[in-house]
Amino acid sequence: MSLIHLVILSPFLLAILVPFAHKYFKNIHTGWFVLGLPLVLFIYFLQFLSTTMNGETYTSTMKWIPSIGIDFVVYLDGLGLLFALLITGIGAMVVLYSIYYLSKEKEALNTFYVYLLMFMGAMLGVVLSDNLLVMYSFWELTSISSFLLISYWYHREKSRYGAQKSMLITVFGGLAMLAGIILLYLMTGTFSIRENIANVDLITSHELFIPALLLFLLGAFTKSAQFPFHIWLPDAMEAPTPVSAYLHSATMVKAGIYLVARMSPVFAGAPEWFWLVSGFGIATLFWGSFSAVKQTDLKAILAFSTVSQLGLIMSLLGVGSAAAYYDYIGENAYTIATLAAVFHLINHATFKGSLFMIVGIVDHETGTRDIRKLGGLMNLMPITFTLAIIGAFSMAGLPPFNGFLSKEMFFTGMLKASEISAWNMETLGMIFPVLAWIASVFTFIYSMILVFKTFTGKYQPEKLDKKPHEAPIGMLIPPIILASLVVIFGFFPMLLKGVIEPALYSILPSNVLSVEVKIYHWHGFNTELFMTIGVILVGILLYLTVAKWGKIYEWFPQRLTLNKLYDGGLVALDRGSSAFTKSHMTGFIRDYLVMIFGFMIVLLGILLFATDAFNVNLTNVAPAGIYEVILALVMVISAVTILFVKSRLAAIIALGAVGYSISLFFVLFRAPDLALTQLIVETVSVALFLLCFYHLPELSKKMDKLRFKVTNFIISLGVGLVVIFIGLSVNSSKLFESISSYFEAASYKEAGGKNMVNVILVDFRGFDTLFEIAVLTIAAFGIYAMIKLRLTDKKGGVNGESK
Amino acid sequence: MEIIMTIVAGVLVATATYLMLSRSILRIIIGTALLSHGAHLLLLTMGGLKRGAAPLLGQEANAYSDPLPQALILTAIVIAFGVTSFLLVLAYRAYQELKTDDMDQLRGNENHE
Repeated sequence: MSLIHLVILSPFLLAILVPFAHKYFKNIHTGWFVLGLPLVLFIYFLQFLSTTMNGETYTSTMKWIPSIGIDFVVYLDGLGLLFALLITGIGAMVVLYSIYYLSKEKEALNTFYVYLLMFMGAMLGVVLSDNLLVMYSFWELTSISSFLLISYWYHREKSRYGAQKSMLITVFGGLAMLAGIILLYLMTGTFSIRENIANVDLITSHELFIPALLLFLLGAFTKSAQFPFHIWLPDAMEAPTPVSAYLHSATMVKAGIYLVARMSPVFAGAPEWFWLVSGFGIATLFWGSFSAVKQTDLKAILAFSTVSQLGLIMSLLGVGSAAAYYDYIGENAYTIATLAAVFHLINHATFKGSLFMIVGIVDHETGTRDIRKLGGLMNLMPITFTLAIIGAFSMAGLPPFNGFLSKEMFFTGMLKASEISAWNMETLGMIFPVLAWIASVFTFIYSMILVFKTFTGKYQPEKLDKKPHEAPIGMLIPPIILASLVVIFGFFPMLLKGVIEPALYSILPSNVLSVEVKIYHWHGFNTELFMTIGVILVGILLYLTVAKWGKIYEWFPQRLTLNKLYDGGLVALDRGSSAFTKSHMTGFIRDYLVMIFGFMIVLLGILLFATDAFNVNLTNVAPAGIYEVILALVMVISAVTILFVKSRLAAIIALGAVGYSISLFFVLFRAPDLALTQLIVETVSVALFLLCFYHLPELSKKMDKLRFKVTNFIISLGVGLVVIFIGLSVNSSKLFESISSYFEAASYKEAGGKNMVNVILVDFRGFDTLFEIAVLTIAAFGIYAMIKLRLTDKKGGVNGESK
Repeated sequence: MEIIMTIVAGVLVATATYLMLSRSILRIIIGTALLSHGAHLLLLTMGGLKRGAAPLLGQEANAYSDPLPQALILTAIVIAFGVTSFLLVLAYRAYQELKTDDMDQLRGNENHE
């Protein structure tokens, strides 16, 4: 246990203390107790910058389950540090924002901060763990804490629905990832990410390579809301806005991005990886931006925008993976895509975080997030408006903000992708830049909608619940910080060189020798610049005419949406399993017996003949005497009589006849003790049957004819035949001599008894008898209790009289 | 002899199965009683039916019939008796409380377990 382990686990420790702080310091907002931790952690992680900038990494091991190779190994390299800084930095701002956003009186703050801290610790664990299983544990913990945070207002049905949906989808992906981890372990025998990367040749040539790749991608795509698993993210917007800002824009949804980046050295270079990551990324980018335009809820716009931007980063990582394939050193053009991915990752966290906070402010000050009700807030909330302009313009990719730079690099990456000359890219390559350009146009449109529909236009005070005014300064500080970062990174992108460069070395394969981070605002008149100008021109045109062409969204059939598929799938699963259960769990005991007997016939019958076990050998058979044959006939006749008699009395008598003929068999086969016991037991049984018969209901006394059902007949015939076949086969193949010669020899000499059966019962195998006595005792007590105890009647009252 | 006895046991098991598939409780209990008879017979048959003296050492015979299956059957008879009598009283009490001996009416469902 070193300091860094303590750092990762510190949010959990603080989460334990938060309820006490909430209880004993009622006058202070609980958030103040929390705020210090992410700040301290942020500063702590900043000091690692010098380590990673020199290309060094930091490792620390804490034993957990060493016997199966699971230790809590912290591995801090450029990529992990980048994420850790994002998590703690934005975490601090979100905590500050939530202090002003959540009311001290109305909300259950203790649970909120416990969940939030749990999430923060889990997220730090995900990005800093070297052991895959430890990472998986933290990964699921992020799913759980996200579930808890989405359903924070659990009395709302939509919150619960959104939480359940996100839980189902992300846990599904998490389980797939676990399977991928296990496959990797099967290939290399280690859970360590670094050791897996070192064994990349072994993995690439292994037959489990493709399944492991697919399973890892399933985990990453569900977590990062990639198409078609993006549907949980818009519904997760029911969470409080600080949660949306933190989890669903800056950190948790980037866990999938992190996974893809982290596993790139293992899987990149395979065409499947390239196609899936960049293909799904670009599809998500397009679909997210296309869907965002039609939303009327500000948070829904931001949710689809997040989906789309995550797709952008994902597609860049996919294109960047081509760097592993074109392994010539020097001018590796595809590393620029990875560079763009990392740069945009940071940019997106800054502007999306601030936009969510701005939307939260608008919601907080006006009481609604519906853009149809909002408008003309520019003069009322000037600071918020300024911040929104910065965030939205950066998201749209306009200069001079940082979004412009990453968008330019994105276009560069996509243009490069169209030049890839392997993996069937020759024909399909042009799809990438074209789709990227169209998606950028849509991004521009919804960014404009976000700002101008909210802050300009007609002010409609009659539609608002509250009188809007500027937000308190505490609520504005975090978005101001983020927006200033947007501007600073926009003007001085090289400030980030120290963070981005080590991260690139973590993502790219080892054969890329040097990466030089060069991000400049002005890079000459090139294709990318003209594409951006095109985006702006077409975007403005489409934004102004959105009322006319917006109708195309209505053409899309509502029945075919993915949400309908998900909801319908859940309902169908529920109904299907319920119908399946009802189809065989009928509640009729006869049906269950039919199943049991049928299964017995099929299984035993098939086994008997499939294994060639059935044979009849007559050499060992004793001769049949006339008495036995007659007795057997009597027995068969009386047994079959039971089936056909119409009165129950006759059935009981016939049963008695069977029992007495068995005792006669015992006499014939030289078993005097058995004969005695059988006689007595049969007599008492018949008496008991008669006693019950006497108490049976009036209506049953007029005997209805036995219901002769063909299935019953076939099944009982089958059971009888199986028993006969098995009995004959067993009889025909005796493998060993009986041990009874020992009993013959020893029962008088060692046990002092001449009746061998009795000696076996009380001496050689006395335990059987002991527990047989126990059985009888229990039966007697049970019968007594059944008759005597009348505790409750149907209404639950006491019905104490006994007969 | 063993072949005849095996067939008799099989017939007993088949009739028992048929009875157990019927609707009336009493018939089901008769079925279980028949089933135990079949099982006992089968046990005895599997032990071998060679002629020999009863397993009493005082008889001074050359061969005895196998005592072990007899001991097993004796145990089984007593246990089957205990279970049968318990079932009978259960059926009697079920009729007293529920006023029916029809298994289809005794069926559990979601509303009334």
